[in-house]
Amino acid sequence: MSPRRLFAMAFKESLQIWRDPRSLAVALLMPLMQMVLLGYGVSLDIKHVPLCVYDEERSDASRALVTSFLASGWFSAAKMLQSERAVREALDRGECIGAVTIPVDFSRVLASTGRAPVQAVFDATDTNTATIAIGYAKGVIALASADFAARWGAQHGLSAPRVGTIDLEPRVWFNEGLDSRNFIIPGVVAVILALVGAQLTSLTVSREWERGTMEELISTPVKALEVMLGKLAPYFAIGLFDAAFCLLSAVFWFDVPFRGSIATLGLTTGLFTLVVLGIGYLLSVRIKSQLGASQIALLLTMLPTTILSGYAFPIDQMPAAVRAITLFVYARYYVTILRAVFLKGSSLGDLLLPILALAATAAAIVWVAARSFRKRLD
Amino acid sequence: MNREMTGESGEFAVRAEGLCRRFGALQAVRDLSFAVARGEIFGFVGPDGAGKTTIMRMLAGVLLPDKGEIFLEGIDVVAEPERAKPILSYMPQRFGLYEDLTVAENIFFYGELFELPWRVRRARARQLLQAAGLLSFERRLAGQLSGGMKQKLGLVCALLHTPKVLLLDEPTTGVDPLSRRDFWAILYNLRESGVTILFSTAYMDEAERCSRLALMHEGEIRLCDSPARLKAAMPGALLEVVSADPRAAHKALTGAPGVLGLLLMGDRVHVRVDNALRRKGELEARLLGEGVGPAAIQPIEPGIEDVFVALLGQEGAA
Repeated sequence: MSPRRLFAMAFKESLQIWRDPRSLAVALLMPLMQMVLLGYGVSLDIKHVPLCVYDEERSDASRALVTSFLASGWFSAAKMLQSERAVREALDRGECIGAVTIPVDFSRVLASTGRAPVQAVFDATDTNTATIAIGYAKGVIALASADFAARWGAQHGLSAPRVGTIDLEPRVWFNEGLDSRNFIIPGVVAVILALVGAQLTSLTVSREWERGTMEELISTPVKALEVMLGKLAPYFAIGLFDAAFCLLSAVFWFDVPFRGSIATLGLTTGLFTLVVLGIGYLLSVRIKSQLGASQIALLLTMLPTTILSGYAFPIDQMPAAVRAITLFVYARYYVTILRAVFLKGSSLGDLLLPILALAATAAAIVWVAARSFRKRLD
Repeated sequence: MNREMTGESGEFAVRAEGLCRRFGALQAVRDLSFAVARGEIFGFVGPDGAGKTTIMRMLAGVLLPDKGEIFLEGIDVVAEPERAKPILSYMPQRFGLYEDLTVAENIFFYGELFELPWRVRRARARQLLQAAGLLSFERRLAGQLSGGMKQKLGLVCALLHTPKVLLLDEPTTGVDPLSRRDFWAILYNLRESGVTILFSTAYMDEAERCSRLALMHEGEIRLCDSPARLKAAMPGALLEVVSADPRAAHKALTGAPGVLGLLLMGDRVHVRVDNALRRKGELEARLLGEGVGPAAIQPIEPGIEDVFVALLGQEGAA
């Protein structure tokens, strides 16, 4: 190993990154974009469910009910409909997820008996969304009923809640919504690092093959290890910078509580960065084409990190076979560590097992990557 | 080129023995052996697909031969390519430097890879850039240089560490005549410092500049000698036919008695005959008889291309 050659490789690679708009965009803009997209976009609570309304009666009472649906914030008005057929069509076309039909005798029945039926139909293609929307609808009706019962009771000289004793489900959903962000954002850091890290290094060796610079490079005394470390060094710096950006925005922008130690976070983030950079480099060495390497890098990093790491879908709810597979998904350990450090304030000792798993993966991948680069054309 | 190097005596800078390389069904190089003395300029000449690039790559230690051995200054390149790399320089056919780095940055990078002392690198770079006419382009991105300038920059980077063996794969393809002249001037200067140069080319006129050259065809060396001897050894004599319609002349002379081979060279036809004096008049008469019109016919010295065509033509006849 020659420090001079190592430094020359790192310097050359840095210059190339600096002059390549595509690399710069992936390195600097992608984390920002993903942080906004995943931080705001991916949350397990659902707001603004599109709702269609078929108000047959058009009375003050029916209009008041519609208003309370829209004012709740859970629903947004998709369309006002004029017939029973239109309701079916709107649901079929996916114009709305829920449709409320208020019967023609709504206010009359309500005024005379104190109870009136309202029909709500939901598109349960996505059962999760439908279930949540039904919960919201019940909540809205409950609030409206309580309000109406109070007035109706007052008018008829009765004591207040005989009708509206339904529990306030919207509060339950709301709390969960708050929790899901704290739960998800630390994992987002892993997703972004996996995406950016492997993308960047997947191009680094294949680019030299494609542009024909590799042939001359391998005819010089430079060693395979110097090529690898020299190429990885600038990307490692970029990876840590991106990680710092994501972690800081998690704490200071998304207000995720941070209860652990920065040292633990730094160590594990370094290990994870090494793993994803190593994967990208390995693919780049083996595949020799920029497009092929970056596509497979996307597959090998994004997919397991989003689906099998427990970042969004809890691992303990997966089937046993899939759960076994996740033991080999390196991202799972980092996501576990991130959550524990952020939310539980776990120490290095508490996290020994996942840290060792991550370190072992990093060592294995770097070792394989170092061995797979040959100074040969074939 | 007055010194004839036969490569039979003294120490060899490069020696290859029984080289074979196959790519799938294609036998790119078959049973190739040659030796190059120190300080020689040795050329591989032949059409595309003759195996020139494959040889260069194997010599540079970036491609393994299937069989055979290569020694560069006594180092076994097949067994220990990394030991040979500090003493060789290889310029691939395709531009091998970084187009998104400037001239100076490329030079810095290659100087560092060979661990040159900074002072040596600066002095050497300055001298080479001057010889190449690139001194004022140091800050330009390599990708923004012309084809000729790129090749000269390639040579500058290849020569920074003063290699013992310089391997150039078609270095002047697509290079303007002026840059080509600079390029060769630098190469000739090198010979005095004992650098051995091996290069490949498809340009026959360039082959004349070598001390020795190997005529290659289908992965084999068909002839290997100095340009003068190769020409002298060409069977028959050469007549040049200058005519208003060289194509018609070529057609009319095909199959004429005593004609061993014909080569259309732009506006003239090279005719290889068994006896120049005897056939000159016969050919003039034949051209008139075939209605091609008057033509000037005179004996000329053969070029390498004539030798090459004679060599391959004989094979076609055999």
